[in-house]
Amino acid sequence: MAKPATKPKDDPSPAKAKSPPNLGDNSVSPDELQAHYRDMLLIRRFEERAGQLYGMGLIGGFCHLYIGQEAVVVGMQANVRDKDAVITSYRDHGHMLACGMDPKGVMAELTGRSGGYSKGKGGSMHMFSREKSFYGGHGIVGAQVPIGTGLAFAHKYKGNQNVSLTYFGDGSANQGQVYEAMNMAALWKLPVVYIIENNRYGMGTSVERASATTELYRHGEAFGIPGERVDGMDVLAVRAAGEKAIEHARSGQGPYILEMQTYRYRGHSMSDPAKYRTKEEVDKFRNERDPIEHIRKRLLDAKIVDEAALKAVDTEIRKIVNDAAEFSQHSPEPDPSELWTDILVEA
Amino acid sequence: MSTQVLMPALSPTMTEGKLAKWHVKVGDEVKSGQVICEIETDKATMEVEAVDEGTVAKILVEEGTEGVAVNTPICVLAGEGEDASTAAASAAAPPSGGHDATPPPGGNAAKADVPNTEGKPKAEMAPQPVAAPAAAPAPEPEWKGGTQHITVREALREAMAAEMRADESVFLMGEEVAQYQGAYKISQGLLEEFGAKRVIDTPITEHGFAGLGVGAAFGGLKPIVEFMTFNFAMQAIDQIINSAAKTHYMSGGQMTCPIVFRGPNGAASRVAAQHSQCYASWYAHVPGLRVLAPWSAADAKGLLRAAIRDPNPVIFLENEILYGQSFDVPEDPDFVLPIGKAKIERAGKDVTIVAFSIMVGKALQAAEELAKIGIDAEVINLRSLRPFDTETIVESVKKTNRLVSCEEGWPFAGIGSELSALMMEHAFDWLDAPVKRVAGLDVPLPYAANLEKMALPQSSHIVEAARAVCNR
Repeated sequence: MAKPATKPKDDPSPAKAKSPPNLGDNSVSPDELQAHYRDMLLIRRFEERAGQLYGMGLIGGFCHLYIGQEAVVVGMQANVRDKDAVITSYRDHGHMLACGMDPKGVMAELTGRSGGYSKGKGGSMHMFSREKSFYGGHGIVGAQVPIGTGLAFAHKYKGNQNVSLTYFGDGSANQGQVYEAMNMAALWKLPVVYIIENNRYGMGTSVERASATTELYRHGEAFGIPGERVDGMDVLAVRAAGEKAIEHARSGQGPYILEMQTYRYRGHSMSDPAKYRTKEEVDKFRNERDPIEHIRKRLLDAKIVDEAALKAVDTEIRKIVNDAAEFSQHSPEPDPSELWTDILVEA
Repeated sequence: MSTQVLMPALSPTMTEGKLAKWHVKVGDEVKSGQVICEIETDKATMEVEAVDEGTVAKILVEEGTEGVAVNTPICVLAGEGEDASTAAASAAAPPSGGHDATPPPGGNAAKADVPNTEGKPKAEMAPQPVAAPAAAPAPEPEWKGGTQHITVREALREAMAAEMRADESVFLMGEEVAQYQGAYKISQGLLEEFGAKRVIDTPITEHGFAGLGVGAAFGGLKPIVEFMTFNFAMQAIDQIINSAAKTHYMSGGQMTCPIVFRGPNGAASRVAAQHSQCYASWYAHVPGLRVLAPWSAADAKGLLRAAIRDPNPVIFLENEILYGQSFDVPEDPDFVLPIGKAKIERAGKDVTIVAFSIMVGKALQAAEELAKIGIDAEVINLRSLRPFDTETIVESVKKTNRLVSCEEGWPFAGIGSELSALMMEHAFDWLDAPVKRVAGLDVPLPYAANLEKMALPQSSHIVEAARAVCNR
């Protein structure tokens, strides 16, 4: 998948100039809406397949799926420019796909093969792409937040206009280093947008049981960082909030916090039976709030596309995911010599 | 095309489970993500979702069946436009497409050949190499021209200033490094010369600013992160090890982290246990780091310049007591030292004394004392703890046949322990006496002047150890 077909908002594209039919939101074009649908569907299908390969024993260790949360990263990435940095936690497959990384390389890393982004040495939680400005994939809860703030520091130091999109979960939101980083970001007016993906549970502990105050978007108030709560199941709401937050950071006004209210359908990781929440709760989100169904309905209701066109998208994505799964099983395991490479950069 | 749904594993260790309940029956249409059945193990119950769409053509494992092995086909889905009975009939055929159950690749890594770094036949390679093979450092050139007599403090400052002049991407951050001119005045004058953009006072938040430095390094800068002392870097050790040291490897070589973490390490004077600890063996343990420990002003200047230029994360362990001591340093503007090369500070033939940082001075004092009783000691200044210059030490031991190691840190699992093990592996036949370790006592460092002195290794302890290994 290429970066979402959308352009930065300060670069009006021809597609945008067309008058959108009945979308109820004048800032999004039909083409963009279709691109968002496709991008979210790719993540969904990719993750379902990853879950399946895990079940077959082809993926080992930890594997954290993004199913249910697709609107967050797709909506945010609709606003980025090429060299904007993106960094996130270990629930990272969706972010990589949304950054335009090759699904084959991502899936092959999950299976621990030489064709993976880290040559099979990083796995699900540790993948990077300098080319796509994706800085990981971090396995330690909250560690990516100071690092993402440092990426913003580097942008400011170099005097470019790029920002850092630093994603973390509601679980990370109570980590000490997150607040150390927020303090410095505000103090030095660093161009960073903190995106809190509040999926309601840090592993099995609900936000209410982990956070003294559950309005996570207000957690930067002590440092004067503005924050906003966003419907993270609605890609257009995410996109609109992201546009504003990124513009704030890019224009030199410092950090911004977006709390995305979202939901993960699957367990924390593959081995989590998710007994801490009811089936009714999960079903309610799946049936009533699904981000992909929401856009699908919009596309059909506004008559932008018909069922046949959506079916074609579905088929295309199925092929991409099948190819990725195929590649990930046939790419060879890393050569034994790789055990000893990449420990240090030999000057 | 029909597809088989296989019994999934709920965890990497699961081999079989019970098919507790079917949520679909033959003839039902199934969509991606739809729950089709429930699986139980002794630990958990989980719902299985369909990945492929289709119509249930046949249920192969009835609900309630126990001990269903992972990867056993449990049902058959007929694809669009396919006759369910045909699909059921072809159920015995191998699964298609992405369902191809290639055997998991487990177990191979253990059998992987360990690179033969020592030219020995494979059968003798049972003990793995203790460290990744490192390229041999370039030999240290003879520095011609004059020398200047400067303090370690000035040497460190000159090293940072020189590298900052040469490379715009180098910057210094830490507590009190700018306006206060450095807690120990190492960075005095740097704010004036380089400005607030490149000499940055941080809040007292080690974990945060160490992580921020790592991010800046990922983003293409070359940070020098000063810890007021390495005691406080314990707050940041996760970022140093998990983020800085491991990311190059975990990214398959894509990411680099050119960063220097520097500051005083070890005991200062009368500051008690929390402010007096040697972290040499902690960091030297970690692949992905370089760990340097200078003694003289020349070490300080030459190694810090090398550290800043190095594309890897470098731990640079200074010593507060040495900051004010003066040494001769080559005046050559290009003066720099190789990383990974120990230095023979005093040649001798009777016993090898290996030390680093402040212990080098104490070892040299001990050597003078030993000379008075006719023991000719060779003193080696390690300078680099990772990579470790085993070769220079082995060559020395081949000559002296006796070895004393000195460090200020605790003895258990210390640098001396590693040195002893290395000598067993590389110089066993050359040793005429067991290696002797001189180290700090195995106690938190006390405050009281007399107790503190007793807890820290002194040159007299080195003299005793050398006499013991020489039987004199």
